[in-house]
Amino acid sequence: MSTNNGETINVTVKVWRQDGPSDKGHFETYEQPVTTDASFLEMLDLLNESLNEQGGEPIVFESDCREGICGTCGVMINGRAHGPQKATATCQLHMREFKDGDEIVVEPFRAAGFPVIRDLAVDRSPLDRIIEAGGYISVNTGAASDANLTPVPKDAADKAFDAAACIGCGACVAACPNSAAQLFTSAKIGHLALLPQGQAERWSRTENMVEVMEEFFGSCTNHGECHEACPKEISLDFIAFMNRDYVKAKVKNRALSGQA
Amino acid sequence: MAQTTNERYRANPVRSKKRSWPFPLNIYQTAVGRKWVMALTGIGLIGFVVAHMVGNLHVYEGPARMHEYAESLRTLAGGIVPKGFILWLLRLGLILMFGLHLHSAITLRNFSGQSSNSATLVGGAKKYAGGRDHIAANYASRTMRWTGPIIALFLFYHLADLTWGWWLGDDFVPGDPYHNVSQSLASIPVAILYIVANIALALHIFHGAWSMFQSLGVNNPKYNHLRRGLATALAGIILVGNLSFPIFTQTGLINEDNRKCPASDVNVLECLAEQAEGH
Repeated sequence: MSTNNGETINVTVKVWRQDGPSDKGHFETYEQPVTTDASFLEMLDLLNESLNEQGGEPIVFESDCREGICGTCGVMINGRAHGPQKATATCQLHMREFKDGDEIVVEPFRAAGFPVIRDLAVDRSPLDRIIEAGGYISVNTGAASDANLTPVPKDAADKAFDAAACIGCGACVAACPNSAAQLFTSAKIGHLALLPQGQAERWSRTENMVEVMEEFFGSCTNHGECHEACPKEISLDFIAFMNRDYVKAKVKNRALSGQA
Repeated sequence: MAQTTNERYRANPVRSKKRSWPFPLNIYQTAVGRKWVMALTGIGLIGFVVAHMVGNLHVYEGPARMHEYAESLRTLAGGIVPKGFILWLLRLGLILMFGLHLHSAITLRNFSGQSSNSATLVGGAKKYAGGRDHIAANYASRTMRWTGPIIALFLFYHLADLTWGWWLGDDFVPGDPYHNVSQSLASIPVAILYIVANIALALHIFHGAWSMFQSLGVNNPKYNHLRRGLATALAGIILVGNLSFPIFTQTGLINEDNRKCPASDVNVLECLAEQAEGH
């Protein structure tokens, strides 16, 4: 720790503990000294280390890349998905955002579509169900086609890229008072519907993805909490785009538009 | 990461997909489609509220002009249709829009409730133990499910008050809205009720008029920045116009001291009509 520039703070961590999907669950409180240079997940790692030493069960939480691009991590920290720092996934949050003596309440993402597996880990497979319903394009396999064979206007490419930045962490659902998955679904629909490659299946994709989404998640009331919680700052404009395309999909004579 | 649980976990759908109704009813079966209905009926209802408020400003022109305005509503489209026909068409349209707006709101509220039921629910909205830190959601958007019922209850009171004359009893004069309004709103509790209900209405419109753009997908960077302003202006104009009636009745601007046609007179309506023509 010779390169440590941060100070050491003591935090009280109030963590949701739940043995399994059908366990009732409860909060437990731990004290943890940690350097402000540590990331939030490293703080939980340290806490788990001391729990191990004391013979306790470590806290289950999910993480993978720890560089904010995989979407595996994600917990509610003091009532905010991914914690207090805007546009930051939990793994990129650092303890310098907290002060000595702070109490930090850590809870799993909550929604009926996100059942708790254990402690802070929730089952986000309903998001996969939405993707399975149409979040792809059909292409023939074989040799890769020439680059730039299909012209894509710069503005459309940029906008589609903004949508494609979604890492599927589920913070939008967790932050939404209605547990709606509109921001996730609209980002996935938007990034395909804006590109020429996504046109062939445009209407069936939107229709199917929205309908699977509604089997698991709530209805959007345009609060805008999802956008605030989103580590990738996906715009609410995609939700409007999806709402328009969904009703269009219902009305459209697809055979005459050359699209499915 | 080993997950030490023996229990089978798999997220099941919160609700199963129902058999779809024939077009266009299948649109109403889905939450996204239902939000469209909510937005479209909302536009219609806002249109009514604005027209109602603007029309009622005739009260500042005195009893005769107010009577003339009320009569003109019954004779819309002139002699082409029977008297009151267009008015009743408008009323039926309003009832239909109000019914759809209410039905979609209640069912969507339950829909979202089901989707949040593993989280602690407070007032229908889920809550975290860490304290909900609302960042984007404003007071108006979070209270839609409270301002809505307040408006519905007030609407019933308002109809009973000034259309059916339940509370004024014998003092209620059909066809003389100026008299009825000034009588009803002269009471302080009634004036307060009207003020509270109209604040609820303005809050409801403040979120609704913004939200409808999102629900309908009317979204374009060219005019997105105008949406908040439009909703605020609409809510503000409706609030100022509607609040003026109870406030000016209380301050005495709307009163019956100088009436040429006393409301107690049997021929009050003919007297008002004559006076209006003489204008």
